[in-house]
Amino acid sequence: MSIEIIDVGKRFGDFVALDNVSVSIPTGQLTALLGPSGGGKSTLLRIIAGLETADTGRIEIEGVDATRLPPQKRNVGFVFQHYAAFKHLTVRRNIAFGLEIRRRPKAEIRERVDELLALVHLTPFADRLPAQLSGGQRQRMALARALAVAPTVLLLDEPFGALDAKVRKELRDWLRRLHDEVHVTTVFVTHDQEEALEVADEIVVINEGRVEQIGSPDDLYDRPANEFVMRFLGPVTQLGGQLVRPHDIRIHTDSPQPGDVLGRVTRITRVGFEIRVEVATGTGEVTTVTLTRDALPTLGLEVGREVALRPVAGAGLTSPADRPALRAAG
Amino acid sequence: MTPTTTVQAGRSARVRRPARLGRSASGRQLTRASGLGLGIAMLWFSLLVLIPLAAVAATAAEGGWSTFSRALTNEATAAAIRLTVLTALGVTAVNVVMGTLIAWVLVRDRFPGQRAIEIIIDVPFALPTIVAGLVLLSLYGPGSPLGVNIANTRIAVFLAFLFVTTPFVVRSVQPVLAELDREAEEAAASLGASRFTIFRRIILPSIAPAIAAGATLSFARAVGEYGSLVLLSGNLPLRTEVASVRILSSIENDNPDNAAAVAVILLAISLVVIVLVDVLQRRVVRRG
Repeated sequence: MSIEIIDVGKRFGDFVALDNVSVSIPTGQLTALLGPSGGGKSTLLRIIAGLETADTGRIEIEGVDATRLPPQKRNVGFVFQHYAAFKHLTVRRNIAFGLEIRRRPKAEIRERVDELLALVHLTPFADRLPAQLSGGQRQRMALARALAVAPTVLLLDEPFGALDAKVRKELRDWLRRLHDEVHVTTVFVTHDQEEALEVADEIVVINEGRVEQIGSPDDLYDRPANEFVMRFLGPVTQLGGQLVRPHDIRIHTDSPQPGDVLGRVTRITRVGFEIRVEVATGTGEVTTVTLTRDALPTLGLEVGREVALRPVAGAGLTSPADRPALRAAG
Repeated sequence: MTPTTTVQAGRSARVRRPARLGRSASGRQLTRASGLGLGIAMLWFSLLVLIPLAAVAATAAEGGWSTFSRALTNEATAAAIRLTVLTALGVTAVNVVMGTLIAWVLVRDRFPGQRAIEIIIDVPFALPTIVAGLVLLSLYGPGSPLGVNIANTRIAVFLAFLFVTTPFVVRSVQPVLAELDREAEEAAASLGASRFTIFRRIILPSIAPAIAAGATLSFARAVGEYGSLVLLSGNLPLRTEVASVRILSSIENDNPDNAAAVAVILLAISLVVIVLVDVLQRRVVRRG
């Protein structure tokens, strides 16, 4: 295990940012810390980097107890949401900064920086100042700067949070490809579940200072440990008193089978390729079912039609009462 | 409409308007508002600064070069100019260090009485300098309650300059320091930079222009200072007499040419110092 977080607690005044958090982050993987804003995930990342100190607990990086080490000694690369560029230095000198501090020979620095400039596709911009770059370019520069010192772990705090949707998506793909090339243990913080599901090998869901669940993206999506994780990772509706994803419900107009929930279509909305059907069931719930565009005509659905609903085989179900973690944290 | 005119019509109004006024489109063009602004600024600057400065220079030039050479070869005048400039430089150097330190403490630390210090910093600005001189005389003159008597010494000149120039660097650096990106410092720390390196390579280049601005003001103010030192320094020719006192005595002795010559020499030296400070500041920023 590359990073061991053991019983870490942190308070800011009365506010509990982290409540006895323990996580093991595996070597060479891309791990996402996912959760809502103010949930403690950035604080945890900053504690790993040594930019904040934990009130209780320990941090080990590659088997070394780093709890009391200053950030300078942790050999951690950190990328900030707002780039934290050295504004008075050119792109080249920003990237070279960590190597210059380590007093490496000039030729070696030059070679390494050239390599990194190529890696982050900034070679033509080497002599520009950060102010002359776009947000996406600045963040790639920040990433190259962090990678320059060959860090044991790379930590990214909402790295794409300040970028617009299109650049964000490009950089996300690019980060994934970069990680496949560079293989440095990487932890990134995000509140965007899509980003985490798409990029990460492993996701740690953090809410209200606690770890809700740790697992692969598929695990979390298909087998959420509780209502919070289920709701946070994707769309949710109710069926027969249970929580289920709207695309995991089979809707049909044939004769109902045992276990089916019966209802009447109250509304049909189309959003792009997706059709949302709202069904008022006998028990008084309104269940939302999503279908693809081409499935609609074959089913012959229309408002007022009687339909039968059942979860598809293998659908992740969670009952709303089943949320001890959520209750305890509140 | 031909393609050519379409292209022209598509250009920005900025380019088209001066063309309509019959001027060439080359060079930088001013909008009406910024032209008015520049005009007012120049008028203001001329009335308040350029015309008086030109008048001083003209008065000095009336006597020809001999006025200047007489002023510079007069031992007492040369000594006064030397004392003024060297002390002003020394005071400015102290202010650069202490002012930056005070600004740092006020921005980065939290301590009881901080608000009070914030306000007191500006008091030397508000106090009539002759009152400051009186206070300094009663504290550090003969019969000092602190047992420190520096009356009639060059230290008195230094102290008086220091008293009136303390706020400049503090006040120019403080807002810039408050706006600094703390994350850049954290990034430098995680890249292995020590606190000193972070200060020298990340913080200093960012605040250097503000320090330079404060240093320039501090130097300029010290060179022209009169009221705060006139009581304590004793104005002894060749020893503690400063340029402003020398100028006053020239005027009192009905020798305005000499007074103007000294003033022009001070202006020239100040200009050189201000330019040097600016060059130095640019170098600090560039070196990073």
